[in-house]
Amino acid sequence: MPQRNHNCCSNYTRSEMLRASAAQAGKGLPAIETGMPLPAGTGLSRRTFLSRSAGLALAVYGAGKLPFAAFEDGIAHAATNGRILVSVFFDGGIDSMSVLAPTGHPQYAGLRPTLALGPTEGTAFAEDTSLRWHPSASPLATLHGEGKVSTFPAIGYTSPNQSHFTSRHFYEIGELEVGARTGWLGRYIDRTGADDNPLQGLSLDGSLSPSIATASMPVAAVDDVTDYDMYTHGVGDPVAAPMYNSFGHFGDLPADSEPMGQVRNATAQTSDLRELLATFEGFTPPVAYPNTNFGEKLSGLAEMIGRGMPLSCVTVSAPGGYDTHSDQAQSFGNNLGRTCDAIYAFQRDLEARGEDDRVLMEVWSEFGRRPDENGSAGTDHGAAGLAFVIGTRAAGEMVGEFPGLTSFDHDDNLLWNSDFRGMYCSLFEQWLEEDAEGLIPGASGLPRYTLVS
Amino acid sequence: MAEVAQLARKRRKRKKKRKKRPGAQQQPQPPQPPQKYKHVLGYTDPGDGLVRETVEWRDTPQPNPPPRPLPTPQSPQPPASPQPFGVYQGPFGRLQAKRLLDRAGFGARRGEAVGLAQAGLQAAVQSLTRPAGAAQLTGPAPHDDDGNPLAPADRWGHDHLWWLDRMVRSSQPLVERMALVFHDWFATSNAGVERQQHMIDQSNLFRAGCLGSFLTLTVNVTKDPAMLQWLNGNENRKNAPNENYARELMELFTLGADREPTPAYTENDIREAAKGLTGWRNDWSPELGSHNFRFDPNRHSTANKAIFSGPSSTFNVNPAANWNWDDVPRLCLEHPLHASFFVEKLWSYFVPQPPSADTRDALASIYKSNAYAIRPVVEAILMHPDLYLGPPMVKPPVVFTASLLRALGRGVDTEAWAWLGDMAGQQLFWPPNVSGWDDDRWLDTSRLRARWLTVTWALEESYFDPWNGPDYDPAEERDPALEKALEALDYPPLRVEHHNELLSFSGNAFPASLASWQKSPYRAMRQNALQQLIAISPDLLLG
Repeated sequence: MPQRNHNCCSNYTRSEMLRASAAQAGKGLPAIETGMPLPAGTGLSRRTFLSRSAGLALAVYGAGKLPFAAFEDGIAHAATNGRILVSVFFDGGIDSMSVLAPTGHPQYAGLRPTLALGPTEGTAFAEDTSLRWHPSASPLATLHGEGKVSTFPAIGYTSPNQSHFTSRHFYEIGELEVGARTGWLGRYIDRTGADDNPLQGLSLDGSLSPSIATASMPVAAVDDVTDYDMYTHGVGDPVAAPMYNSFGHFGDLPADSEPMGQVRNATAQTSDLRELLATFEGFTPPVAYPNTNFGEKLSGLAEMIGRGMPLSCVTVSAPGGYDTHSDQAQSFGNNLGRTCDAIYAFQRDLEARGEDDRVLMEVWSEFGRRPDENGSAGTDHGAAGLAFVIGTRAAGEMVGEFPGLTSFDHDDNLLWNSDFRGMYCSLFEQWLEEDAEGLIPGASGLPRYTLVS
Repeated sequence: MAEVAQLARKRRKRKKKRKKRPGAQQQPQPPQPPQKYKHVLGYTDPGDGLVRETVEWRDTPQPNPPPRPLPTPQSPQPPASPQPFGVYQGPFGRLQAKRLLDRAGFGARRGEAVGLAQAGLQAAVQSLTRPAGAAQLTGPAPHDDDGNPLAPADRWGHDHLWWLDRMVRSSQPLVERMALVFHDWFATSNAGVERQQHMIDQSNLFRAGCLGSFLTLTVNVTKDPAMLQWLNGNENRKNAPNENYARELMELFTLGADREPTPAYTENDIREAAKGLTGWRNDWSPELGSHNFRFDPNRHSTANKAIFSGPSSTFNVNPAANWNWDDVPRLCLEHPLHASFFVEKLWSYFVPQPPSADTRDALASIYKSNAYAIRPVVEAILMHPDLYLGPPMVKPPVVFTASLLRALGRGVDTEAWAWLGDMAGQQLFWPPNVSGWDDDRWLDTSRLRARWLTVTWALEESYFDPWNGPDYDPAEERDPALEKALEALDYPPLRVEHHNELLSFSGNAFPASLASWQKSPYRAMRQNALQQLIAISPDLLLG
């Protein structure tokens, strides 16, 4: 078992870099503290001004928030091991039999009279030649060829639930009981995070993913990281700064009910995030991205990673919906293509920046779909589904196998042979270097898969 | 036009009447005969966030009216834990009336809460739950950014604006609020429906049926064109069943997933119910799109269906029979676990903490003894002590926006509310999925920023331009500045800690000594910032 030692940097080089930048920021402090006016422009606080002048948001972030004695400690804490896990969600239950199509199985064409992939469509899957990548997944096929994609052709869990909401909830909370209030990544953030860093759990969506819901640590949702201003008509210097301060104070007061607690937390986090992202404006990515909203999100994420912002767990929804009860072929390839193209560009971007060895992506959906298509050229809810782990450090090996089309579970669905909770435990232990015990209920009894090379 | 003028005259008359009653709310100012001048003799503060003036009308102006004092802020009391079933017996004043309007409507119009409080709890609740006649829309008609009427069936976001306008202006706010409840309950989205008109028709179904029988409502939803498209009921045929609607009918609409200790239904119940629901279809043409939604007996399975029946069901309460499509919703409502599901779900829209077991059982028995009637259950919830004594509730984004517009006295005059609603996590007619909006997750950094911007837009018409506007009072002090901002927002009751924070801001918004050219603009900025801060304060995010 890896050691639980999260108060200490495990990466020497990174901690040295942070120490140096902290010292640099510290040097700037006295000159600015002696009553200098705040920089022009609404809402730019001393802290963000400092971070701009030091050029490193992370270092000054720690410095501005923590008492001096905790200065270096705080930065080391926020940095942990510098590794980032990006969780990408296919919403609605993606049809695994259309992503990795079992064209080599004789029953396939009969089960999928209108939806089956032809025997020469797409790209062969090297680890099991009875499967073929969907043409829109060809960027993944390329990365797979480079050993950067681990596939789970039949991921699932005991007694598969065919409700979107229940099954998705299981994946989000990392257990098979309903009702938990924290996400599987949220519990990791609660254990290792800092109480002043909302970027440690970041949803690049219009709302927070339940996977990063924490009990106590701040987390954030930002739809567009380059656009987080909070404009007010007719308020500028010198009134703006105290206005934003008072807004933040609303969040710092004690709460005497759960809804008041929600308001306070969201207010405090919004206030902190506004200051953090004030430094984050336009940029040019080193590689070309597809011109899609999802591409922009991943390109912004790569830029944040490149700037050393204190990220740890990131969630994002893939474009489109995969609850394809009818006319599946219409939307499926387009949505899958938009997703895979952007993931590919993100990986190449990280490689170009030299950050690819500290980022791993995990791609998931709440379930797969029924092997036989329904009467509406679509597919109903199924059981075993698909997951990927993608990145330079991914082991690149298939986990489990395609379960075949000759025997199904008692609801006539694909049989699962890898457990999503085992994937979570393995990611914690091999990638984030945290003992999964206490993060995933029943961790000691769950399988481990080799996911990181 | 004559009608409008008449209505306006009537409104002025009504206001005048109320004005002269001592203790009634003093604003907005009514027009007075020119020879009469208001003299403020003094103020009373009952502690509900609104200071009342004592006035006399005289023939000469008052030389030095006494300054209006700030209202006493609210001392927070810890919310009570769930109460036994019963009717709330505590005081019913402006604060309680505001809470009722926040939960059962879209907040108070300017000055409305005081009048509602005077009616007393029962009359106040029944004025909402037993509206007479057709709803009246009072106030200026909505329009888009170019001043044109809305096109709710045709243009993106105009459906949201159309409904938001009803929320702001309807004389029957509870009907709109209940329609919103059922829009969330039977959550259907434009994402899977061909025409916005189908969605608007569905919302009218909710308006018409939201206080009647839940059985009638559920049967009507089952054959509603928007729902038939959204959950593929129109593709559910006897030889090719599509189980999408059958599953959500049980899981989300009538019974609930994961019931303890015994699940309400099995996968087999879903598949059998899907067969029972077969037969609905529609035509399609390039001119009309999807139309002519109808039941086609030739597409309906006439086999026996084992719904909640036999060994493959957790509840073996029916024979296997040749059930028709409209039997299926009825069987779901007759299921032993339906009534408890219904009342708990309905409760959750009005009260943030779950009901006690005796409250749940009492509500379920009201529901059952009234043949699935919704109104009696709503009335019992709106009079329950938990609503008034329990914790506050995070306002859904659209309720927040509509309340803000009502407090400001502003109508729907910009399309911004549609995209701001989307950003804040609630664009009407676009729920995130069939389970509706997640009421536990209205607030995060992304959505709270959207609410900030909502406030910014709401104040756009009334903010003070520091540099190009008329000169702002260059001598305004700390307390009158806060008083003015509170007045702008119709005196929302503030908790003491927020009141103090605002006072502290008001006192420190700019340096004590200013150049003469700064005095007016900086005070205008302070006023704008105070209004922004009040509107985004926890007191207004909660209701």
